[in-house]
Amino acid sequence: MSRITRRFAQLKADKRAGLVTYITAGDPDVAIGYQILKGLPAAGADLIELGMPFTDPMADGPSIQLAGQRALKAGITVDKTFDMVRRFRKETGDDDTPILLMGYYNLIYQRGPERFCKEAAAAGVDGFILVDLPPEEVDELKPHAVAAGLDTVLLTAPTTDDKRLPAVLKYSSGFVYFVSVLGITGTKSATEEAVRTHVERIKRHTKLPVGVGFGIRTPDQAAAVARHADAAVVGTAIVERVKAGLDDKGRPKPDLVPGVFAYIKALADGVRGVRKA
Amino acid sequence: MAISPNSFRTGPDERGHFGIFGGRYVAETLMPLILELEKAYNAAKADPAFQNELDYLLEHYAGRPSPLYYAKRLTEKLGGAKIYLKRDELNHTGSHKINNVLGQVLMAKRMGKTRVIAETGAGQHGVATATACALFDIPCVVFMGSVDVERQSPNVFRMKMLGAEVRPVTAGSSTLKDAMNEALRDWVATCETTFYCIGTVAGPHPYPVMVRDFQCVIGNETRQQMMKAEGRLPDTLVACIGGGSNAMGLFHPFLDDKGIRIVGVEAAGHGIDTGQHAASLTGGRPGVLHGNRTYLLQDKEGQIIEAHSISAGLDYPGIGPEHSWLKENGRVEYVSATDDEALEAFQLLCKLEGIIPALESSHALAHVIKLAPTLPKDNLLVMNLSGRGDKDVPQVAARMGMKIES
Repeated sequence: MSRITRRFAQLKADKRAGLVTYITAGDPDVAIGYQILKGLPAAGADLIELGMPFTDPMADGPSIQLAGQRALKAGITVDKTFDMVRRFRKETGDDDTPILLMGYYNLIYQRGPERFCKEAAAAGVDGFILVDLPPEEVDELKPHAVAAGLDTVLLTAPTTDDKRLPAVLKYSSGFVYFVSVLGITGTKSATEEAVRTHVERIKRHTKLPVGVGFGIRTPDQAAAVARHADAAVVGTAIVERVKAGLDDKGRPKPDLVPGVFAYIKALADGVRGVRKA
Repeated sequence: MAISPNSFRTGPDERGHFGIFGGRYVAETLMPLILELEKAYNAAKADPAFQNELDYLLEHYAGRPSPLYYAKRLTEKLGGAKIYLKRDELNHTGSHKINNVLGQVLMAKRMGKTRVIAETGAGQHGVATATACALFDIPCVVFMGSVDVERQSPNVFRMKMLGAEVRPVTAGSSTLKDAMNEALRDWVATCETTFYCIGTVAGPHPYPVMVRDFQCVIGNETRQQMMKAEGRLPDTLVACIGGGSNAMGLFHPFLDDKGIRIVGVEAAGHGIDTGQHAASLTGGRPGVLHGNRTYLLQDKEGQIIEAHSISAGLDYPGIGPEHSWLKENGRVEYVSATDDEALEAFQLLCKLEGIIPALESSHALAHVIKLAPTLPKDNLLVMNLSGRGDKDVPQVAARMGMKIES
């Protein structure tokens, strides 16, 4: 059983939804980025998405675009991202919190999907969320991910209808990610009613847990999603807390890391306040 | 050496692949829309009414067929191949871009879309899209890198006059690739009502094949016109390549004519060895960007490297996937020309033939200047003059140290 599957089983036993936190690897720099990663579980993250910066993040809004630029400027690479995960597993002893790499396929393609999967798994990564690898193309990664014991979390969108949904679910493992709005990260927010309707629809097709993301910014919004989904994913709003912790010259202020954790704790309280059947 | 297929004209396969290139690497949100477009395009292709309407517009609105002009003075000056210019710069709006745009805007109408978006580099595709949208009364938004807004300002004004909204893009290198990122971001949010009119043979399937089909009017006309002029097919074809749509339009109808030498000219910027260029086939390697796998300028990790060219229309770190495939199977030769070579070619055509070429097309001409003298006099060479250079006059004047008095 994968770490992701185990984590969702535990959440179910605890009768609550999970909080998935996204951070961009190496933002604002590699050292502080690692401090943030290390403290995420204690702050209340149940699963971690670690964004791999890409020069051309076509599905991301301005906040995550800028985070990626900060990280690239600070010298983040794929190897350094793997190192962050390796250190996390070793130094915290945390063998339960899943870490998923999120990003765009080209970085994986350049290293070769087989080698990338092996190295990611060896570092302690649990799976992938890849924005530009829909079911139509995921077969070039899937066998290597399976061989390395990595989950592939595919995305579904409001445009993914009942006819198409099985194709997405066929390649998804660990959980399935519902992109709750039409658009890029950090712009619009879905209504609770829309989230409920879509999650119910997805659950008619699968036993996989459903995580819901895009546009969740406040503890109340996180709680609203937690009432219907198995996990709420927050990205842009966290990345904006990182940016808020930088001075006008882009240097980190002392309250950067505590500020990020305080915000995540508030989100986690929102999610944990919802009792599930 | 790759094994040659029986035909070079049958691609892509049903998944949109040309060999390993092409495909549909897009966000799930867009996938259903792209599948819908593919279905609608296949239906349109089979519908004579669609083709008739497009043919009518191409003839009476865009001014096709464009002439195939024997450039006598250029031929004499270079002293080799007999040079013909395919005059696509004479099309309405000043380039080959209108061929594709009329097709796509008809598709938008057919699919009931109420808004059109486009990306543009030199502004030629943006102007063509704004034009077709004015004609069909469809709201139009054009994304353009802020650097390009600056260096192609005449086209920005043209788009605005035509009623389009021009959105300058300041992300990344603020050129064509960033305009395409931004158009894709808009499309993810608006895909239910918006048609994305891509300007070149790139993007997710079915765009590369659809844009190619719409541009093939260039090569199909050239076949007939050359038969009429010389009683036989040409020997050599030359076209410039950014994304590669004018080249694909000229080349594709000739790919299975085995004796014909076909040459694509990329932008070498300051020179391939300086690293500041836009020659993805010469200086890049396969990768995934903007919905397809193709040759890209990128670093070791796979981060995209900013392209450089004096020509905004060629300033793109990728290329249409079918070109990548034609490079790997060897059917098409790909070479490059520098900024300086293109500028020289630009001036030569002005003086010898009284034609001001676009800086994009000047790259093709720069290679013709090298190639033609090495060929025998009975070698029939066709160069696609894909755009006119009016838009480039301020930039070229500045480069030549001339002041334009107002």
